[in-house]
Amino acid sequence: MNLHAKTLADTLLVEVEEDRIDAACAIQFKDRMRELVAKAEGRVLIDMARVRFLDSSGLGAVVAVMKLLGPERRLELAGLTPAVDKVFRLTRMDSVFRIHPDLPAALREAG
Amino acid sequence: MTDTTEICLRLGGTSAEVRAALSRLMAQPRLAGDADFRQRLEIVLAEVLNNIVEHAYPTVPGRIDLQLAACAAGMTCRIADQGLPMPGLEAPLGLSPSLGGANLPEGGFGWFLIRSLCTELQYRRDAEGNELTLIVPWRQ
Repeated sequence: MNLHAKTLADTLLVEVEEDRIDAACAIQFKDRMRELVAKAEGRVLIDMARVRFLDSSGLGAVVAVMKLLGPERRLELAGLTPAVDKVFRLTRMDSVFRIHPDLPAALREAG
Repeated sequence: MTDTTEICLRLGGTSAEVRAALSRLMAQPRLAGDADFRQRLEIVLAEVLNNIVEHAYPTVPGRIDLQLAACAAGMTCRIADQGLPMPGLEAPLGLSPSLGGANLPEGGFGWFLIRSLCTELQYRRDAEGNELTLIVPWRQ
Protein backbone atom coordinates (compact mmCIF):
# COMPACT_ATOMS: atom_id res chain seq x y z
CA MET A 1 0.00 0.00 0.00
CA ASN A 2 1.64 3.14 -1.27
CA LEU A 3 0.71 6.20 0.74
CA HIS A 4 2.67 9.41 0.54
CA ALA A 5 2.33 11.72 3.53
CA LYS A 6 3.42 15.32 4.02
CA THR A 7 2.58 18.05 6.49
CA LEU A 8 1.22 21.34 5.15
CA ALA A 9 0.61 23.90 7.92
CA ASP A 10 -1.87 22.20 10.25
CA THR A 11 -2.85 19.50 7.76
CA LEU A 12 -1.46 16.01 7.32
CA LEU A 13 -1.90 15.36 3.61
CA VAL A 14 -1.92 11.70 2.57
CA GLU A 15 -1.83 10.96 -1.14
CA VAL A 16 -3.01 7.46 -2.01
CA GLU A 17 -0.70 6.20 -4.73
CA GLU A 18 -2.77 3.15 -5.59
CA ASP A 19 -5.54 2.75 -8.11
CA ARG A 20 -7.73 0.64 -5.81
CA ILE A 21 -8.71 0.50 -2.15
CA ASP A 22 -10.45 -2.87 -2.13
CA ALA A 23 -10.82 -6.08 -0.14
CA ALA A 24 -7.29 -7.11 -1.15
CA CYS A 25 -5.66 -4.09 0.50
CA ALA A 26 -8.17 -2.50 2.91
CA ILE A 27 -6.35 -3.82 5.99
CA GLN A 28 -2.98 -2.54 4.76
CA PHE A 29 -4.57 0.84 4.04
CA LYS A 30 -5.95 1.03 7.58
CA ASP A 31 -2.66 -0.09 9.17
CA ARG A 32 -0.53 2.38 7.16
CA MET A 33 -2.97 5.21 7.92
CA ARG A 34 -2.84 4.35 11.61
CA GLU A 35 0.96 4.74 11.57
CA LEU A 36 0.82 8.02 9.67
CA VAL A 37 -1.86 9.72 11.77
CA ALA A 38 -0.13 8.68 14.99
CA LYS A 39 2.93 10.72 13.97
CA ALA A 40 0.97 13.91 13.31
CA GLU A 41 -1.62 16.17 14.86
CA GLY A 42 -4.59 18.10 13.54
CA ARG A 43 -6.56 17.79 10.33
CA VAL A 44 -6.01 14.77 8.08
CA LEU A 45 -6.70 15.11 4.37
CA ILE A 46 -6.66 12.09 2.06
CA ASP A 47 -6.15 12.80 -1.64
CA MET A 48 -7.96 10.06 -3.53
CA ALA A 49 -7.44 11.44 -7.04
CA ARG A 50 -5.41 8.39 -8.11
CA VAL A 51 -7.92 5.89 -6.68
CA ARG A 52 -10.09 4.64 -9.53
CA PHE A 53 -12.04 2.05 -7.52
CA LEU A 54 -13.14 1.54 -3.93
CA ASP A 55 -15.38 -1.26 -2.65
CA SER A 56 -17.26 -1.68 0.63
CA SER A 57 -14.11 -3.00 2.34
CA GLY A 58 -12.25 0.12 1.24
CA LEU A 59 -15.12 2.29 2.45
CA GLY A 60 -15.05 0.48 5.81
CA ALA A 61 -11.31 1.16 6.07
CA VAL A 62 -11.81 4.90 5.47
CA VAL A 63 -14.53 4.95 8.15
CA ALA A 64 -12.20 3.08 10.51
CA VAL A 65 -9.49 5.72 9.99
CA MET A 66 -11.96 8.46 10.86
CA LYS A 67 -12.95 6.62 14.01
CA LEU A 68 -9.38 6.12 15.15
CA LEU A 69 -8.77 9.87 14.82
CA GLY A 70 -11.40 10.44 17.49
CA PRO A 71 -13.78 13.39 17.79
CA GLU A 72 -11.01 16.01 18.10
CA ARG A 73 -9.46 15.53 14.68
CA ARG A 74 -11.10 15.88 11.29
CA LEU A 75 -10.73 13.49 8.38
CA GLU A 76 -11.41 15.06 5.01
CA LEU A 77 -11.27 13.64 1.51
CA ALA A 78 -10.40 15.18 -1.82
CA GLY A 79 -10.47 14.15 -5.47
CA LEU A 80 -13.06 11.38 -5.52
CA THR A 81 -13.10 9.77 -8.96
CA PRO A 82 -16.51 8.76 -10.42
CA ALA A 83 -16.69 5.14 -9.18
CA VAL A 84 -15.43 6.11 -5.72
CA ASP A 85 -17.89 9.00 -5.59
CA LYS A 86 -20.73 6.58 -6.44
CA VAL A 87 -19.93 4.35 -3.46
CA PHE A 88 -19.83 7.35 -1.11
CA ARG A 89 -23.09 8.77 -2.47
CA LEU A 90 -25.04 5.49 -2.53
CA THR A 91 -24.10 4.68 1.06
CA ARG A 92 -24.72 8.32 2.04
CA MET A 93 -21.19 8.44 3.45
CA ASP A 94 -20.83 11.69 1.49
CA SER A 95 -22.87 13.24 4.29
CA VAL A 96 -20.46 11.96 6.95
CA PHE A 97 -17.16 13.13 5.45
CA ARG A 98 -16.13 16.60 4.37
CA ILE A 99 -15.41 15.98 0.68
CA HIS A 100 -13.54 18.48 -1.48
CA PRO A 101 -13.69 18.39 -5.29
CA ASP A 102 -9.91 18.43 -5.57
CA LEU A 103 -6.71 19.03 -3.64
CA PRO A 104 -6.33 22.78 -4.34
CA ALA A 105 -9.89 23.36 -3.08
CA ALA A 106 -9.16 21.35 0.06
CA LEU A 107 -5.92 23.20 0.76
CA ARG A 108 -7.45 26.65 0.23
CA GLU A 109 -9.65 25.92 3.20
CA ALA A 110 -7.86 26.52 6.48
CA GLY A 111 -7.91 23.55 8.81
CA MET B 1 -26.73 -3.66 -27.39
CA THR B 2 -26.97 -6.54 -29.87
CA ASP B 3 -23.92 -8.57 -28.90
CA THR B 4 -25.29 -11.42 -26.81
CA THR B 5 -22.13 -13.53 -26.64
CA GLU B 6 -21.21 -14.50 -23.17
CA ILE B 7 -18.13 -13.65 -21.24
CA CYS B 8 -17.02 -16.52 -18.98
CA LEU B 9 -14.39 -16.27 -16.31
CA ARG B 10 -13.17 -18.73 -13.73
CA LEU B 11 -11.25 -17.59 -10.70
CA GLY B 12 -10.06 -18.81 -7.33
CA GLY B 13 -11.71 -17.55 -4.18
CA THR B 14 -9.15 -15.06 -2.89
CA SER B 15 -9.35 -11.27 -2.80
CA ALA B 16 -6.21 -11.06 -4.95
CA GLU B 17 -7.82 -13.23 -7.64
CA VAL B 18 -11.01 -11.17 -7.47
CA ARG B 19 -8.97 -8.06 -8.14
CA ALA B 20 -7.15 -9.68 -11.06
CA ALA B 21 -10.38 -11.09 -12.53
CA LEU B 22 -12.11 -7.70 -12.36
CA SER B 23 -9.24 -6.01 -14.12
CA ARG B 24 -9.27 -8.71 -16.85
CA LEU B 25 -13.02 -8.37 -17.18
CA MET B 26 -13.17 -4.59 -17.28
CA ALA B 27 -10.51 -4.60 -20.00
CA GLN B 28 -12.81 -6.61 -22.30
CA PRO B 29 -13.56 -4.62 -25.46
CA ARG B 30 -17.21 -5.75 -25.24
CA LEU B 31 -17.55 -3.85 -21.97
CA ALA B 32 -16.05 -0.66 -23.37
CA GLY B 33 -18.42 2.25 -23.61
CA ASP B 34 -20.65 3.83 -21.03
CA ALA B 35 -18.45 4.70 -18.03
CA ASP B 36 -21.38 4.91 -15.60
CA PHE B 37 -22.53 1.38 -16.48
CA ARG B 38 -18.99 0.00 -16.18
CA GLN B 39 -18.57 1.55 -12.74
CA ARG B 40 -21.86 0.06 -11.51
CA LEU B 41 -20.98 -3.35 -12.96
CA GLU B 42 -17.55 -3.34 -11.32
CA ILE B 43 -18.96 -2.32 -7.94
CA VAL B 44 -21.64 -5.06 -8.03
CA LEU B 45 -19.23 -7.79 -9.12
CA ALA B 46 -16.56 -6.75 -6.61
CA GLU B 47 -19.10 -6.96 -3.78
CA VAL B 48 -20.57 -10.29 -4.90
CA LEU B 49 -17.17 -11.91 -5.49
CA ASN B 50 -15.62 -10.63 -2.27
CA ASN B 51 -18.65 -11.85 -0.32
CA ILE B 52 -18.05 -15.32 -1.75
CA VAL B 53 -14.37 -15.15 -0.77
CA GLU B 54 -15.24 -14.06 2.75
CA HIS B 55 -18.39 -16.06 3.52
CA ALA B 56 -18.69 -19.03 1.13
CA TYR B 57 -14.99 -19.91 1.31
CA PRO B 58 -13.98 -18.68 4.79
CA THR B 59 -11.23 -21.25 5.29
CA VAL B 60 -10.26 -22.93 2.04
CA PRO B 61 -10.50 -20.92 -1.18
CA GLY B 62 -12.54 -22.65 -3.87
CA ARG B 63 -13.59 -21.95 -7.39
CA ILE B 64 -15.86 -19.16 -8.62
CA ASP B 65 -17.44 -19.15 -12.08
CA LEU B 66 -18.66 -15.93 -13.56
CA GLN B 67 -20.81 -15.63 -16.67
CA LEU B 68 -21.92 -12.37 -18.22
CA ALA B 69 -24.44 -12.05 -21.04
CA ALA B 70 -26.05 -8.94 -22.46
CA CYS B 71 -29.86 -8.76 -22.45
CA ALA B 72 -32.32 -6.00 -23.26
CA ALA B 73 -32.42 -4.65 -19.72
CA GLY B 74 -28.73 -4.83 -18.99
CA MET B 75 -25.96 -7.27 -18.30
CA THR B 76 -27.09 -10.56 -16.81
CA CYS B 77 -24.48 -11.87 -14.39
CA ARG B 78 -24.41 -15.43 -13.13
CA ILE B 79 -22.00 -16.17 -10.31
CA ALA B 80 -21.54 -19.73 -9.06
CA ASP B 81 -19.44 -21.23 -6.27
CA GLN B 82 -19.22 -24.50 -4.34
CA GLY B 83 -18.84 -22.93 -0.94
CA LEU B 84 -21.02 -22.58 2.14
CA PRO B 85 -24.67 -21.62 1.61
CA MET B 86 -25.97 -18.17 2.39
CA PRO B 87 -27.45 -17.94 5.91
CA GLY B 88 -31.12 -18.96 5.84
CA LEU B 89 -30.68 -19.94 2.18
CA GLU B 90 -31.54 -16.40 1.22
CA ALA B 91 -29.59 -13.52 -0.21
CA PRO B 92 -29.31 -10.74 2.41
CA LEU B 93 -31.76 -7.85 2.06
CA GLY B 94 -28.93 -5.36 2.28
CA LEU B 95 -30.74 -2.75 4.29
CA SER B 96 -28.98 0.57 4.57
CA PRO B 97 -26.70 0.64 7.63
CA SER B 98 -27.68 3.43 9.98
CA LEU B 99 -25.35 6.41 9.89
CA GLY B 100 -26.89 8.00 12.95
CA GLY B 101 -25.26 7.86 16.35
CA ALA B 102 -21.64 8.05 17.41
CA ASN B 103 -20.58 4.62 16.24
CA LEU B 104 -20.44 4.67 12.46
CA PRO B 105 -20.65 1.28 10.76
CA GLU B 106 -17.46 0.00 9.12
CA GLY B 107 -19.25 -2.85 7.35
CA GLY B 108 -22.62 -3.96 6.07
CA PHE B 109 -22.44 -1.86 2.92
CA GLY B 110 -21.73 -4.68 0.48
CA TRP B 111 -25.23 -6.08 0.07
CA PHE B 112 -26.71 -2.62 0.25
CA LEU B 113 -24.59 -1.62 -2.77
CA ILE B 114 -25.48 -4.82 -4.65
CA ARG B 115 -29.22 -4.35 -4.04
CA SER B 116 -29.00 -0.66 -4.96
CA LEU B 117 -27.30 -1.28 -8.28
CA CYS B 118 -28.97 -4.39 -9.70
CA THR B 119 -32.38 -5.85 -10.48
CA GLU B 120 -33.84 -9.36 -10.76
CA LEU B 121 -31.55 -10.77 -8.10
CA GLN B 122 -32.08 -14.46 -7.51
CA TYR B 123 -30.24 -16.87 -5.27
CA ARG B 124 -30.38 -20.62 -5.66
CA ARG B 125 -28.72 -23.31 -3.58
CA ASP B 126 -28.52 -26.85 -4.92
CA ALA B 127 -26.21 -29.84 -4.75
CA GLU B 128 -23.72 -28.01 -6.96
CA GLY B 129 -23.43 -25.07 -4.57
CA ASN B 130 -24.54 -21.45 -4.76
CA GLU B 131 -25.78 -19.63 -7.81
CA LEU B 132 -26.58 -15.95 -7.88
CA THR B 133 -28.08 -14.27 -10.93
CA LEU B 134 -28.72 -10.58 -11.29
CA ILE B 135 -28.98 -7.86 -13.89
CA VAL B 136 -26.98 -4.66 -13.87
CA PRO B 137 -29.15 -2.29 -15.92
CA TRP B 138 -27.63 -0.37 -18.83
CA ARG B 139 -29.01 2.83 -17.37
CA GLN B 140 -29.91 3.80 -13.85
